[in-house]
Amino acid sequence: MKAPRVSNWFGRTEMAAPADIETAALRSDRFRLEREDDWTRLENILKRMEGGSLRRVSDDDLIALPALYRTAASSLSVARETSLDAATLSYLESLVQRAWFQVYGPRQGLFAWLRGFLLGGWSRAVREIWLDICIALAVMVAGTIVGWLLVEQDREWYYSLVPSQFTDSRVPGATREQLLESLAVADDAGGLSVFAASLFSNNAGVAILAFALGFAFGIPSLMLLMHNMAVLGAILWLFAGQGLELEFAAWLSVHGTTELFAILLAGAAGMHIGRSMAFPGDRSIMAAAAQSGRRSAMVMTGVVLMMVVAAILEAFPRQLVGGTSDRLLIGGTFLALWIAYFFAYRPAQTEGEQ
Amino acid sequence: MSSLARSNTNPSQASRRRTMVTPEGISLPITVGSRGARIGALLLDFTFLYLGMTLIFILFALLVGSLFSTVLDGMEEQISGLGEFFIVVIILFAFVARYAYFLSMEMGPRGATWGKRIVGLRVAARDGGRLTAEAVIARNLIRDIELFLPLAFISGASGGDGGNAGLAAAIWFAIFLGFPLLNKDALRAGDLIAGTWVVEAPRTRLADTMSTQGAAKGTSGLTGTKYEFGEEELSIYGEHELQTLERLLRNDNDDALVSVHQTICHKIGWAPGAGDERAFLEAFYNQLRARLEADMRFGKRKANKFS
Repeated sequence: MKAPRVSNWFGRTEMAAPADIETAALRSDRFRLEREDDWTRLENILKRMEGGSLRRVSDDDLIALPALYRTAASSLSVARETSLDAATLSYLESLVQRAWFQVYGPRQGLFAWLRGFLLGGWSRAVREIWLDICIALAVMVAGTIVGWLLVEQDREWYYSLVPSQFTDSRVPGATREQLLESLAVADDAGGLSVFAASLFSNNAGVAILAFALGFAFGIPSLMLLMHNMAVLGAILWLFAGQGLELEFAAWLSVHGTTELFAILLAGAAGMHIGRSMAFPGDRSIMAAAAQSGRRSAMVMTGVVLMMVVAAILEAFPRQLVGGTSDRLLIGGTFLALWIAYFFAYRPAQTEGEQ
Repeated sequence: MSSLARSNTNPSQASRRRTMVTPEGISLPITVGSRGARIGALLLDFTFLYLGMTLIFILFALLVGSLFSTVLDGMEEQISGLGEFFIVVIILFAFVARYAYFLSMEMGPRGATWGKRIVGLRVAARDGGRLTAEAVIARNLIRDIELFLPLAFISGASGGDGGNAGLAAAIWFAIFLGFPLLNKDALRAGDLIAGTWVVEAPRTRLADTMSTQGAAKGTSGLTGTKYEFGEEELSIYGEHELQTLERLLRNDNDDALVSVHQTICHKIGWAPGAGDERAFLEAFYNQLRARLEADMRFGKRKANKFS
């Protein structure tokens, strides 16, 4: 059964004119010869559509496509009951399958989809998982508080919580000047390398992990969010101890509002899948996973975009803008923009989107 | 019922057969793509991507090199910054190119990347409905999680980097990596999440009708002999033998025709002649098929010679 496929790469051979119907001795062959023209027409339309050139398909053919598809399908069901011609049966099966793929194929190309995504699809998907976002947000806030409290009770927690890359000068007992210095504008701002490093290691890693771990009913996602926010809480405690909490928040907020928002969405998206698999309702688990998976994919595509924005913010404005109020202004503006885009921007759903 | 028509296919394919019901209520036979074919398609895709990107970078480097070689001469100290810039560009470009390749191809009318087309596969919605853009994006987003992260984590865990947490993550991602082996439809996690599966996309050409050619009417063009078979002789074989004979006649291999001719003659008690095998078999095929199809119309089916 493999051989015909290879010949099809090159094969544009014209088919011979169908034999005279009357000469066919078998009833099933006469049945086939009577309908063969329709099948051939359908096959030609399919060939052109599969070639990706809708423009080469005439309007008449496009209008005829659904009818031809149904004709071929009903031919197939009749042939299964009346014909023993294996070649015709397998031809019809592949023809109906190909027609089905075209009639029910993807309706939009990548760019049409991208436009629909930015103009409403993304924010709609985010609003649809609002419950998971609320849960994830609660966990993140709780994580920050836990981190703070842990370190306040026992300083040793700081070293076990905070990864070593941050414990250069930012350790308990550091002076106010040392801490301020770590927030200052970097002199040797290798902007692009910071951009690349932050995009492809820290942020994206956490976001993808938060999403991937959501499959286990969301529990590991929550633990991951909790742990990351506990680190933040611990560092926050350190800076607050020297009265620098506002400066630290401003320093973080430049890219942090975008980045933490993205991590929040990623965790919520992962949890959304896990939650719908654990509680599928009256759907099957597979159907529930598919439905929530498509929604989460929309959110995650957006998360990737937000990560890029966050990396740009981290690489350039944060290194260049020094003032606390300026930093807060940038961070706050982005936070407001995201919230407005997700929750206030509600364009009417255009036809053709689902 | 439809398994009758395909009883001659090999068993590994038979286990991959599914029936999908379209929204119109037509049941379509579908063959799930084999795991080997899918790995092959993936390797092909990455080969194409790699080759394409290498080509683009060589062209780009030549272009930039010839344009700026004079300018670059006096900027030795900035070369490292420039190199860093290019590395970032390359990483970003590779990322975008990978997603653009998979997404645009699978959202296209063929529903398949080049690799999948070559091995004869395509992506389809599991429920028989429309393959949506969201589904294609979902299954491609998850590919990173189930393919690249597992490899990174497993190699990390074997080095003992992350301790127990690293080990747990490695096991977790190994499940992702092995997911297609753990279910009968060879779904990877991305397929599960997107509600898709990867199926074979056969493109069969319509073969000639059998009863309009050769000795279909019973008369040999070579010798003028008229082959007529009686009720008893035709009642020996069933549909399986008929379709085996059909394949034989379409393939037109002389040696095979001779040996089958002998077998059939033995079975029905004729003395096998020589030289006119094809006409004999064509006549036998047509009369057997006429008989079996007539029975079919009355609801009687004979799957093979044993039934």
